[in-house]
Amino acid sequence: MDNLDEVYNELIMEHSMNSYNKKHLDKADYSEMGHNPNCGDEITLEVKLDGDKIKDMAFSGHGCAISQASTSIMIDTLKGKDIKEAKEIIKTFIGMIKREIKDEEELKKLEDAIAFRNVSNMPARVKCALLAWHTIEDILDKRENEGTASIDCCHK
Amino acid sequence: MNIKDDFPILKNRNIAYLDSGATSQKPQAVIDAISEFYKKCNANPHRGAYALSQEATEVYENTRTKIAEFINAKHREEIIFSKNATESLNLIAYSYGLENIEKDDEIVISIMEHHSNLVPWQKVAKTKQAKLNYMYINENFELSDEEIESKITDKTKIVGITHVSNVLGTINNIEKIIKYAHKKGALVIVDASQSIPHMKIDVQALDADFLVFSGHKMLAPLGIGVLYGKKELLDNMTPFLMGGDMIEYVYEQDTTFASLPNKFEAGTQNVEGVIGLGAAIDYIESLGYDKIEQIEREIVHYAIEELRKLNFLDLYLTKNNENHSAVISFNIKGVHPHDVASILDAEGVCVRSGNHCAQPLMRFLGIDSTCRASFYIYNTKEDVDRLVEALNKAYNMFKKYIKI
Repeated sequence: MDNLDEVYNELIMEHSMNSYNKKHLDKADYSEMGHNPNCGDEITLEVKLDGDKIKDMAFSGHGCAISQASTSIMIDTLKGKDIKEAKEIIKTFIGMIKREIKDEEELKKLEDAIAFRNVSNMPARVKCALLAWHTIEDILDKRENEGTASIDCCHK
Repeated sequence: MNIKDDFPILKNRNIAYLDSGATSQKPQAVIDAISEFYKKCNANPHRGAYALSQEATEVYENTRTKIAEFINAKHREEIIFSKNATESLNLIAYSYGLENIEKDDEIVISIMEHHSNLVPWQKVAKTKQAKLNYMYINENFELSDEEIESKITDKTKIVGITHVSNVLGTINNIEKIIKYAHKKGALVIVDASQSIPHMKIDVQALDADFLVFSGHKMLAPLGIGVLYGKKELLDNMTPFLMGGDMIEYVYEQDTTFASLPNKFEAGTQNVEGVIGLGAAIDYIESLGYDKIEQIEREIVHYAIEELRKLNFLDLYLTKNNENHSAVISFNIKGVHPHDVASILDAEGVCVRSGNHCAQPLMRFLGIDSTCRASFYIYNTKEDVDRLVEALNKAYNMFKKYIKI
């Protein structure tokens, strides 16, 4: 890692230390904890939906600058998006961190979350950057499964 | 004499290696001994009647004798080879603990134990409905005599204690603990993983019942560990792993077991690891523990002095230098240790960050994790200077964002 400032940039530092997204939602539809047992990073993600739209999100917990900033910036990026769009963005972010997606046009949809692209140069920190994104993936998967479960129910 | 020159990796890479508490680097002599073994003596010990296998047996068994002398064991068969300290501790927990602990007995360990000397005892305590009690540290990160005497009771059957804490560097008064535990009728298991690289161990003088360590923290290769146990204890224990070379007679339905030490060494062993460990002991002895202690005292004291000057640091170590070994845990106030470690890494300074396999200790201290710099014979004041410079850099990067 030659240039640390590419990872610990202004945006990431600001979000990691003073995030306005670090709070609790009034009535969250989903609350899910994500953790990296080896490093002790722990976040709880709260999500409020409005139909297929992510209406609001917030997080609590503790961890390194990268995990905290990644969570906060993810919230900024996904808030207001519909679920299909959000899933696309999540896939792109994970692809970027794993260096599978490099196309600039494609990365544009990540908005501010593109700030994490250089984390891929720090293999030990990749899991910190991905923690929140895997957690929201879990939440959306859970919602999808609930959806099919209720359809099954109606067919009985 | 430049010790660093004996360690090829420190010549090949421009790093300040401050993670010897995780694993030490290896001197050329150890690397050569392993390669010589494969070039000249490789065969499966204890298996063949031909001369080469006999020779392999000889170097393998001679190393056992060397280790017995190194820690002053009474009998060479009290030395059992394992994969690492963790496996040695599991062997004790399964083959001694599960067989001898009964309902309502007490197992006592310290809050600073590595998970390897903690999780196996949870298993034993849960299985046998025994109690697992903890000796806690005082504000000086040490176990007080009162704490030792209040936790080890007439009901205590096993005491597990680390000689040196892998997080705090505290040197525990194991002489006192062993004496007191014996008075109460308990056995003592000493985890010497963090002490044996740095100080002379004499199992008879200590009167330790069991003592374990890993080779890789004391210049030997990865994957070789040692279990020392008093002969009368080991003799009465059931085997841990079953298979080849640990048996006497095998019938269709029954087996009688080999005597010590083979009883506890099932299957083909890590012979190159054993050879490497022997060479590591030769290296340590040629340097001598007096010299090792002198080098480390100088470097660790210098490090403590320099780190204490950085007022943005929290340090987790005892004020009593004589009770402190070669590990220093610290945090930049308000900055997560992983971020610090990444910034240090960019400066070529290798430190560990995390909970150091000691989550209960972290919880007790009210923190998630720490950075840990650990030192060994090849470290120099320049390494400390690089650490301090990198810490200043990390602090300056975070300074304007820190909220405490």
